[in-house]
Amino acid sequence: MSGNQPDDAGRARMSEAESRARATPAGIVSEDVIEVIREPARGRAASTYRAFGETLRGLKTTFARIVEGPHTIQYPEEKTPVYPRFRGRHKLHRFETGDPAHPGLEKCVGCSLCAAACPADCIRVVAAENTPEHRISPGERYAAVYEINLSRCIFCGYCEVACPFDAITMGHDYELSDYTRSDLIFTKEMLLAEPIERTPLRTEDE
Amino acid sequence: MIVLGDVFYFEPWWVQIIKALVIFGVAFAILPILTIYERKLIGRFQGRYGPNRVGPFGLMQPLAEILKFATKEPFRPSTSVGFLYRIAPMIAIVTGIAALAIVPFGPVQHIFGRRVGIYGIDVSVGPLYAFAFAGISFYGIMLGGWASGSKYSFLGAMRGAAQLISYEVSQGLALVGVLISAQTLSLVGIVNAQKGMWYIVPQAAGFIIFLVASFAETNRAPFDLVEADAELVQGYFTEYGGTPFVAYLFAEYVNMIVVSGIAVTVFLGGWLLPGNPSIPGWIDPIIVIAKMMLFLTFFIWIRATLPRLRYDQLMSLGWKILLPLATLNLLVTAIVVAA
Repeated sequence: MSGNQPDDAGRARMSEAESRARATPAGIVSEDVIEVIREPARGRAASTYRAFGETLRGLKTTFARIVEGPHTIQYPEEKTPVYPRFRGRHKLHRFETGDPAHPGLEKCVGCSLCAAACPADCIRVVAAENTPEHRISPGERYAAVYEINLSRCIFCGYCEVACPFDAITMGHDYELSDYTRSDLIFTKEMLLAEPIERTPLRTEDE
Repeated sequence: MIVLGDVFYFEPWWVQIIKALVIFGVAFAILPILTIYERKLIGRFQGRYGPNRVGPFGLMQPLAEILKFATKEPFRPSTSVGFLYRIAPMIAIVTGIAALAIVPFGPVQHIFGRRVGIYGIDVSVGPLYAFAFAGISFYGIMLGGWASGSKYSFLGAMRGAAQLISYEVSQGLALVGVLISAQTLSLVGIVNAQKGMWYIVPQAAGFIIFLVASFAETNRAPFDLVEADAELVQGYFTEYGGTPFVAYLFAEYVNMIVVSGIAVTVFLGGWLLPGNPSIPGWIDPIIVIAKMMLFLTFFIWIRATLPRLRYDQLMSLGWKILLPLATLNLLVTAIVVAA
């Protein structure tokens, strides 16, 4: 009982009675031996009675699930709502004009910072010069090619952080499956377009 | 001379055949409904919907599954014993259906001016008939598991044999209490003897023992060690696919129907209603089927609730608790009846 007590000079030496009082109540025999405390063994009748009672309790529990009703989200019809900061498929943005016939300039200036930040190396940007006749973005240059390979993307959101103009953000789309890998390379037009279906957002209390 | 027991025939042979076909047809119509009912109900017990994609409310699911199973390529493992491997599922389902013949769905009635008993046969050894076929149905499991030539099947079959033999004893003894009270072995006679009071009241202990033993006899949860999906990958029918697999599956459900039929007949007063109101005869089978559905629902409820027993727990429950209880119940009943 009292064996293996630390008795180095730095700690006050405990009396025999003290160490026993400390060791016994929690079932700790010594510092590295723990005595397992078992519940008292029951007789056959008592354990049968207990098993019967627990069975009834189990039946009550499962029946309560019926009363509660199913919690299933019927997926293709009903989508799982996402949190506002959920990182789904990327979106490229334009400046708002409020007029669908004349969409605003693209925010992306083709600086390739997103491509540099991307740990999966899935963004490809080819920049071109803006000219007064052919102005795409407010900056000096614009992205002539902007492609994200979503089969490589790990949805870390570093591109969003790296972008100095908030031109690329992570959207909420998570339904990204296709029949071929090449279909998962999203071009600038696809990233600029509004998603076909809107993913539901979680409300405050969910 | 009575060889094995009297069979109370009074119908012409063609009525017998029609009755057999009707019972067979009704049973096989109930089976798919029972599978979808079980899956949907278990879904509800677990807080989900269960199958709901095929057809309205998923009701076409069994049809789709049967279609899938029926179109599967028949195969057999190279280590299997061909003839036995083929015949084992047939034994399982034939014995199940044969045992269904003694479940009475109603008394003798007049249909088109003819006296017809609403049951397959009324033998003077009713429960013995059922136990005999239950005994033969072991061969379905044993031969199937052994003839598959697979360790897992063989283990499942061995477990099945040990479990079925252990629990058959308690199941039988639990029934004997009722048989002593009713003073008859004919199941129709037992129902008629319950006009005053259903045997579930005086034989409550016997009823519970019978119920627990029935779960084990039909290899249902929590006694499904024979199948044990996680350890034995379906046990004795691991190596079966396509229609033989369905045969085993249906045999299990037929056994459930038979056991609940016997329980309804013996303990819940068959087609009788409390207070014996005078009702038209055609309602009798509906009453029996409704009571059977109660039982089947309970089977499913238990399956959704209890985890599988450990093997030593199974054996000690069967031999150390159920068997002494059943014997005690039998002794007390015998003393009360004799006194």
